[in-house]
Amino acid sequence: MSILIKGGRIIDPSQGIDETGNIFIENGEIKSYPKTTKKFDKDPDVTVINAKGKIVSPGFVDIHVHLREPGFEHKETIRSGCESAAAGGFTSIVCMPNTNPVNDNASVTEYILLKARTEGIVNVFPIGAITKGEMGEGLAQIGEMYEAGCVGVSDDGMPVMNAKVMRHAMEYVRAFDIPVISHAEDKNLSGTGVMNEGYVSTKLGLTGIPCASEDVMVSRDITVAELTGARLHICHVSTAGSVRLIRAAKKRGVKVTAEVTPHHFTLTDEAVNEYDTNAKMNPPLRGKKDREAILVGLKDGTLDAIATDHAPHSEDEKKVEFDIAPFGIVGLETALPLSLKLVEDGVLTINQMISKLTNAPSEILNLGKGTIKVGSAADVVIFDPGKELTVDREKFHSKSKNSPFDGWKLKGKVNYTIVNGEIVYSS
Amino acid sequence: MKFQRKHILGLEELTAEEITLVLDTAESMKEVSERDVKKVPALRGVTVCNLFYEPSTRTRSSFEIAEKRLSADVLNFTLSHSSVSKGETLLDTARNLEAMGAGVIVIRHPMSGAPWLLAKELNSSIINAGDGSHEHPSQALLDLFTIREIKGKIKGLRVVIVGDILHSRVARSNIWGLLKLGAKVRLVGPPTLIPKYIENAKIRTFYNLDEAIEGADVIIMLRIQMERQESEYFPSLREYSRFYGLTREKLRGASEDVTVMHPGPINRGIELSSDIADDAGSVILDQVSNGIAVRMAMFYLVASAGRDA
Repeated sequence: MSILIKGGRIIDPSQGIDETGNIFIENGEIKSYPKTTKKFDKDPDVTVINAKGKIVSPGFVDIHVHLREPGFEHKETIRSGCESAAAGGFTSIVCMPNTNPVNDNASVTEYILLKARTEGIVNVFPIGAITKGEMGEGLAQIGEMYEAGCVGVSDDGMPVMNAKVMRHAMEYVRAFDIPVISHAEDKNLSGTGVMNEGYVSTKLGLTGIPCASEDVMVSRDITVAELTGARLHICHVSTAGSVRLIRAAKKRGVKVTAEVTPHHFTLTDEAVNEYDTNAKMNPPLRGKKDREAILVGLKDGTLDAIATDHAPHSEDEKKVEFDIAPFGIVGLETALPLSLKLVEDGVLTINQMISKLTNAPSEILNLGKGTIKVGSAADVVIFDPGKELTVDREKFHSKSKNSPFDGWKLKGKVNYTIVNGEIVYSS
Repeated sequence: MKFQRKHILGLEELTAEEITLVLDTAESMKEVSERDVKKVPALRGVTVCNLFYEPSTRTRSSFEIAEKRLSADVLNFTLSHSSVSKGETLLDTARNLEAMGAGVIVIRHPMSGAPWLLAKELNSSIINAGDGSHEHPSQALLDLFTIREIKGKIKGLRVVIVGDILHSRVARSNIWGLLKLGAKVRLVGPPTLIPKYIENAKIRTFYNLDEAIEGADVIIMLRIQMERQESEYFPSLREYSRFYGLTREKLRGASEDVTVMHPGPINRGIELSSDIADDAGSVILDQVSNGIAVRMAMFYLVASAGRDA
C-alpha cells in the first residue's frame, strides 16, 4: 500500500524541517518528499490524504505508558492501550514494568512483545524492572530483558530506596547502554501521602506528599549517576526543586534527561478540590510555583520530553474515598491538545513542542523513532492544531476513563495516525 | 435569609450568614429541648440514617437525640472500616440506605472527603459528622454557639486552639467558622502538628503556649491521640503535656474571663490539668447539650431547603 500525504505543513524537528510539502509512503517507509504530485493523483494504488491546513509530523513517541497487561486487563490491554495511543497521535509507546507478573525477566518481555505484534497497532517498547518484582533488592534479569527488547529499566511507581542497589543498577546497565529511569520519590518522606503537601492538602485534611520527597531522590539519583557514569532519566518531574537540580546537573555534564507530563504542566493541586480522584496521581499535582518552574524548564530545555504517564484505572477503582483511590490518570488521548496549549500560551514553539513529543523522547531511549527522514519507518501523525474539541471521556479508546480533563474545551485534533505505512487511526 | 443547601459538609463552604442562621435556629431548638415534651414534628416522615464508620458514642447519640426530637425515623448503621479493600464499597452501602428511603444520611468516616463522595453520587441530603482530618461541622457549630452564648458575640474575640492541628477536623471546622464570624484565631502546638501552610488563612501560629494564650478570650483544647507519640510527632505524652498542657499557672496570661473548651473526651492531666478540667467542666457540659440544639438546627435547615426546592 502507498500513501501520499499532500500539501500539509511538514514539521520534523529531527531534520529541522518546517515547510509545506508532500510525503510519499511506500512499503511501510518514508519514500520521498515529492515536489509535484501529479503522477500519484491518478494512481489507484495510492491512497491520497489531503493535509492542507494540517500539520504532518513524525508520529508521537510516549516513553511513559502503563499498558496493564499482563495482570490488570480490566484497566487496559496492550490492544486497547495501542488503540488509545493511535487515537492520540502516538505511533510508539514505551510500557512500564509494573504489571502482574512484573516485567523483570525476558519471558514477560517476550510475552508483551508477542502480544504487541499480534494485537497492537502501534510500536511497543517495554521497560524492564530494575529489581526483581520491583521490590528494591536484587537486580532483575536486566541483560536478558535487554536482549529480548527492553529499552531501559525502571521500578516505576516503586522507587529504589536503597542507594547501593541503585548504584549497582546504574553500573550494570552501562554494559548495555540503556538508561535507568527513575520514579524519584523518597517513600519515607511521602509516607501515607495522597496529594501535594500544601495549603490545599491542609484545607482538605488529606495527608501531603512534600516536594522534598521528589527533590531528595532526584538529588540522590543525580549523585549516583555522577558516581557511575550511567545515563539517568527522571520520570514525570513535578517540582521546582527537581527542575533546578536537573538543570544544574546538565550544566556540569551529568548524563541526565527528564520528562514531564501534560497534567503536571497544565494543572495544580487546586484540581483536587472536592476530592476529585481523577486528580490523584503520583507524583501529585503541585503548587503554582512548581508549575511555573516546569514551564520554564520546558522552555529552556531542562525538561527534554513530554510523556503522559498514561495510567488507566477502572471507574470502580476510582469511585471511592480519596485515600484509597489508586494513583494515576489516562493521558494518551489528551496529550496533544494539552501540549498545543503550551504553544498557544507562548511557552513553546510548535517545533519545540513536536520535538518534545517525537525525536527528543526517542533519543532518550535510543528508539530510532520520532523522525520522518527518507528511508525511516513511516510513522506519521497528521493533525489539525486549530480544531476545537471538547474532551469526552466516553469517546476514549482506552478501556479506562479516569481523566480530570473530561469536558475541557481544547484545540488540536488528530486526523490520521500512520504506523509503518498503515493508517491505524483516522477521524 | 433562607438556607438553600441540601448538604452540610463543612464550614469552609458556608458563608458567615449561613453560619449565623444555623446558630440562630439552634436557639429556637434549644428552647424545644427545655420543654417538658421535647419533640416537634419538623422531620416527621423523614428517615435519617446515621452511618458511622468510626466508633463515636457521643456524637452519634447527640445526632440521634436531635433526630428524634424532630420526629425523624432513625436508622443506625455502625460499620467497621478495618478492611478497606474487602467488602462493600462506601458508595454501595450508602446507595442501599438511600434505597431504604433515607432522606438524610449522617456520615462519620475516618477518611477525609468521604461525605463529598456521597454528596456527588446520591440524592439524599448528606450531613458530615466528621471526616478524617478534614471537617467536623456540627462540633464547630456547637462550639461557636457556646462561645456566642457565653461571650455574647464572636467578632473580635481572641480564640486560641491548642494541640494537634494537623490531624484535627475539629480545629479545621472551628478555624473556618471563627474566621468567618470575625474572631482572631491563633494556633499553638508542637511544630510537627502545626501545618505551616495554614498561615495562608490569615492565622497566627505559635509553638509556645504562654505566648499564644496571652490575652485569650477563649481557649479550645484539642484531644491528643495517644498513637501520635509513636510516630515521631513528639517524644512522649509527658513531654507534650509539659509544653502544651493547660495548667492554672499557664492560664494566668489569658484574659480574666477566659473560657476553656474541649470537644471531649478529655485526657485528664494531659491536655488539661485536673483542676482546670473541673473548672471548665460546666462549659464542656454546656457544649454537649448545645450540641443537640445545633444538630437539630442543621437537620431543620437542610430539610426545609429540600422541601422548598
